[in-house]
Amino acid sequence: MEKNTLFDKIWDAHVIKSVPAGPDVFFIDKHFIHEVTSPVAFLNLELRGIGVKYPNRTIATPDHNVPTVDQDLTIKDKLSRMQVEKLRENCAKYGIELHDLGSAHHGIVHVIGPELGVTQPGMTIVCGDSHTSTHGAFGAIAFGIGTSEVEMVLATQCIMQSKAKKMRISVEGTLGKGVTSKDIILYIISKISAAGATGYFVEYAGSAIQSLSMEARMTICNMSIEMGARGGLIAPDETTFAYLKGKQYAPKGADWDKAVAHWKTLKTDDGAIFDKELVFEAADIEPMITYGTNPGMGIKVTGTIPSTQGMEGSNKTSYLKSLDYMGFVPGEAVKGKMVDYVFVGSCTNGRIEDIRAVAQFVKGHQKAENITAWIVPGSREVEKMAHEEGLVKILEDAGFELRQPGCSACLAMNDDKIPSGKYAVSTSNRNFEGRQGPGARTMLASPLTVAAVAITGRITDPREVF
Amino acid sequence: MAYDKFTVLQSTAVPLPTENVDTDQIIPARFLKATEREGFGDNLFRDWRYDVEGNPKKDFVLNDRTYSGKILVAGKNFGSGSSREHAVWALYDYGFRCVVSSFFADIFKNNCLNIGVLPVTVSPEFADLLFTAIAADPNTAVEVNLPQQTITLLATGASESFDINEYKKDNMQHGFDDIDYLINMAAEIEGFEASR
Ligand code: SF4
Repeated sequence: MEKNTLFDKIWDAHVIKSVPAGPDVFFIDKHFIHEVTSPVAFLNLELRGIGVKYPNRTIATPDHNVPTVDQDLTIKDKLSRMQVEKLRENCAKYGIELHDLGSAHHGIVHVIGPELGVTQPGMTIVCGDSHTSTHGAFGAIAFGIGTSEVEMVLATQCIMQSKAKKMRISVEGTLGKGVTSKDIILYIISKISAAGATGYFVEYAGSAIQSLSMEARMTICNMSIEMGARGGLIAPDETTFAYLKGKQYAPKGADWDKAVAHWKTLKTDDGAIFDKELVFEAADIEPMITYGTNPGMGIKVTGTIPSTQGMEGSNKTSYLKSLDYMGFVPGEAVKGKMVDYVFVGSCTNGRIEDIRAVAQFVKGHQKAENITAWIVPGSREVEKMAHEEGLVKILEDAGFELRQPGCSACLAMNDDKIPSGKYAVSTSNRNFEGRQGPGARTMLASPLTVAAVAITGRITDPREVF
Repeated sequence: MAYDKFTVLQSTAVPLPTENVDTDQIIPARFLKATEREGFGDNLFRDWRYDVEGNPKKDFVLNDRTYSGKILVAGKNFGSGSSREHAVWALYDYGFRCVVSSFFADIFKNNCLNIGVLPVTVSPEFADLLFTAIAADPNTAVEVNLPQQTITLLATGASESFDINEYKKDNMQHGFDDIDYLINMAAEIEGFEASR
């Protein structure tokens, strides 16, 4: 019998037709949209004189540019307001389910999809957002698309894509104290570089991955794009089923049993061939932090910034330009460096487990004077739980500022910008120049490391503090 | 939407040898607030092109009149990061019709093909050859020939062939896009959807 990978099984089941010497016509089960990458797609549909073919397969929420204060008021920024209003208008016009600002399930699109149980094993899921890869944690093929493709999905529920190559990354063994799934993915990216998985779809496997909670798995799949991969996925198992059971859109009753029976078949066959296989040891992974301007530029929190030895030409120039932007020099240690902001939030680490982890760490402590600390829940649901569990109180007592759900300082489209030249240690996923505001200097780390930095005011190894 | 046809392009080129240029640099997030597709060219490479007061930064290549043209020759791993198609709209709106690099990020490359900006992947050696030639003579003409799938330095005749899938090539040459194709498949898609 033919041996297939999990990726093959889901992909092949969604190909309607393969164009000779061209891409596959690929069917999309679920489509998420937000206010920034959808308006032009709707506009083009209008210009073509066509509508949305399967509105019940699309779900919308405004997240990227929404304010994180006073969400019950009219949005002050005119352009942001127009985008959000356009989204409302388009959803109403075509009958698309919208989780609007202030509603019970408003939030970052990649946080609410799983929360609602919309995201399920075996599905194909796209969104005009590269971190759509997050949903791969459920054993789905999920990836980001451009606005032209958003238009294709709205018009036909299909896109045209060539099948990616396959890579398996296994992490074996037990994670050390203070090491989280964020550290796993930052470690992997630092090893294979920000372009190391370009052209591939990655399956994460191995005992260390299997031991993770759903939320921790989402953090890993989320950052697949930061190593260039089209997406990443993890075979569904009992952890997946337990998470989904009872969720609003999860199958119920007999349908549930049928679904689980099918989901159990969604795994890579023994002996299936990958184009590339990598294996890492969990024991080698320590708390990580980035020091440069792409997510591949990561080191152990206790490490030193690599020297330029062995680099030449544009490689070296680009490296030095990056360090110059960050205000760092090759060969120096990052530990002990002063920090100005911490940001806990985003579709990478803005879920309840992340907020719990931070709250548990800072409980009874005060943030350092030099630190401004923002906590932005990934969704209303997360916010609600944080209140109910008393986490908000703990965090506010420690001097953190809680904001309302949205992408916030992850991409700084709203007012949540890190000022130029300031250092921010963030739980988000991108440390690009200006990502968190023009001139902002971002260092990516886990929620635990961020909590430690908040308390000490400096780059700190979380294992040494608490 | 359907776009300009692309067959043979002869132009001077603008060099940007920086590696790992992400789409946040090509068009920063704060300029993504429009609900239409035009006008993004003004903010192409915004934070490299202008200082905080909005004055042009002299050392950035787009502010250097020595260089111009419809071809952007970029460093390795161009277009990584965010999937924003706005990055390609900005390049297009500014006047680029072709981007050359030794390595492109996946989504960016797809987005280029979908709106009619040709991404040409060359070997690292050929990319270096282009950078050297343009540095030596900013008026160096480059020919990108889609039917032949070649890129040539016209002065020396140095040439390399590039890959593109037949379907996308055909689309680019005729200015078709995928939606036209998909709409013609409506019946098959309906059948498939009903079975799910
Ligand atoms: S939180 Fe950040 S990475 Fe996630 S969808 Fe929003 S902007 Fe994108």
